[in-house]
Amino acid sequence: MHKFLAACLFWLASLPAAAEEIVLGLSSDTVSINTNFDGSEILIFGAVKRDAPIPADPPLEVIVTVAGPSEEKTVWRKEKRYGIWINTDAVEIDSAPSFYAVSTSAPLSVALSATEDLRHRISIPLAIRSVGAPDSVENASTFTEALIRIKTKANQYQLNEGTVSLDEETLFRTSVALPAALTEGEYLTRILLTRAGAVVAEYETSIYVRKVGLERWLFVLSREQSLLYGLMSLAIAIAAGWGASAVFNLLRR
Amino acid sequence: MQIYLPIAEVSVNAFLLFGLGGIVGILSGMFGVGGGFLMTPLLFFIGIPPSVAVATGATQIVASSFSGVLAHFKRKTVDLRMGGVLLAGGLVGATLGVMIFNYLESLGQVDLLVKLFYVIFLGIIGGLMFVESLNAIRNLKKGKKPPRKKHSPIHGLPLKMRFRVSGLYISVIPPVIIGLFVGILTAIMGVGGGFIMVPAMIYLLGMPTKVVVGTSLFQIIFVTGFTTMLHATTNFTVDIVLALLLLIGGVIGAQVGARIGVKMKAEQLRVLLALLVLIVCGKLALELLLQPSEVYSIATGGH
Repeated sequence: MHKFLAACLFWLASLPAAAEEIVLGLSSDTVSINTNFDGSEILIFGAVKRDAPIPADPPLEVIVTVAGPSEEKTVWRKEKRYGIWINTDAVEIDSAPSFYAVSTSAPLSVALSATEDLRHRISIPLAIRSVGAPDSVENASTFTEALIRIKTKANQYQLNEGTVSLDEETLFRTSVALPAALTEGEYLTRILLTRAGAVVAEYETSIYVRKVGLERWLFVLSREQSLLYGLMSLAIAIAAGWGASAVFNLLRR
Repeated sequence: MQIYLPIAEVSVNAFLLFGLGGIVGILSGMFGVGGGFLMTPLLFFIGIPPSVAVATGATQIVASSFSGVLAHFKRKTVDLRMGGVLLAGGLVGATLGVMIFNYLESLGQVDLLVKLFYVIFLGIIGGLMFVESLNAIRNLKKGKKPPRKKHSPIHGLPLKMRFRVSGLYISVIPPVIIGLFVGILTAIMGVGGGFIMVPAMIYLLGMPTKVVVGTSLFQIIFVTGFTTMLHATTNFTVDIVLALLLLIGGVIGAQVGARIGVKMKAEQLRVLLALLVLIVCGKLALELLLQPSEVYSIATGGH
């Protein structure tokens, strides 16, 4: 009987997926865009729950990804024609996240093997889906690289290696900085635990980014009642123009 | 103080926008122009998407023109009949302009279109104005009187109409064409078009200078208002928060500018305005001519 139990325990311990589980906390699961929104920071923290002692080797690594809603994009390249720089070639990107951040507890190449990266689509280039460029365009891959380069510059794509802190292989935390230019929607957040480059546990949750108050009201009105919105804009503009001249006439007297 | 603009979806400093509005307002008050030709490129420079800058520029001009035209109504320097004829052309032009704008946006060439229009028109108008006002200053020094207006071929066209306030009896064809042309510019460049309308009214139609500014402002309100509606309902690019911030600075600046303008001589003002137009033109021309630091750009959606 004892032998059987021991065998069971051994079997459980050697089955990684069931052995370690993620318990997650978020500083907030909604990000509100209000009038004075200037970027935000979300704190992602959690613990690793396990019913066996911590495996000695290989070390545990944590990867956290936050992905904004995906959208279709077109990347244009300028060339000099007739003496001026104009857009000539375009490549359509079928789906690119509006925001994408990868935070890791170790360099990504250490924390994740290439095959696991392909399977779980973790690294930035793999988060972008592009079916293919037209034959007329040379070096189509440079367009995807350019997309990543521009988005990285704007802080909309981030690779934050070593920013996840991990204590005793149990408690982990990281913070992800969201830039001011943020798109509304559901931000898929994934936490992956890896050992020797292989994913041993995965957890998914969502953070919702939405405009609130006046921002939300104006945005919705401009899309759904665009005629009303336009008329309102004109009324405000005319009232402001009239008000200004009235005020200055009073001041002059 | 950062403000998040709901339509442009960017966060900008509110005081920067007040300041921009104020500076453009002072200039427009000094020179009697709407200032849209300065405002829209300045919005490009601070990172507002061009389509939002153009549409919101039109909204802001409605406010500043309305403020200006009230003063002209009081002085009875608005030719309503001429304004109506120009407006008829303007509304057709604005519709055409928004159609061209939307078509080129689908081709990914809208930035180029807007910048090219700016470079060409600012270059021509600035150059002509500069030469003309330098000549005027020279003539003034020699004590010569400006040459009398000649009869132009415009007076031979049919469909004549009497414009009592302007003291003209001319065909409606030239004003309709001028209105149409300026309407196209309003939709594509986000400008009121005063900087083209005013010289055209003086030199092509032969209208007396005192009614020109009021009449041009009168029709600009309607054409820019109509353009605002077209952009708001087809492109959803009118950002009312941005417009409001700009026009608060703008209307105050315009009143200050008008005081400064009174103290300066007309010829000197025209030389300064010409130089300003040429500087904006040169800055935009360089952007087209020099290799950009990033030759790739991202557009939303497929094409």
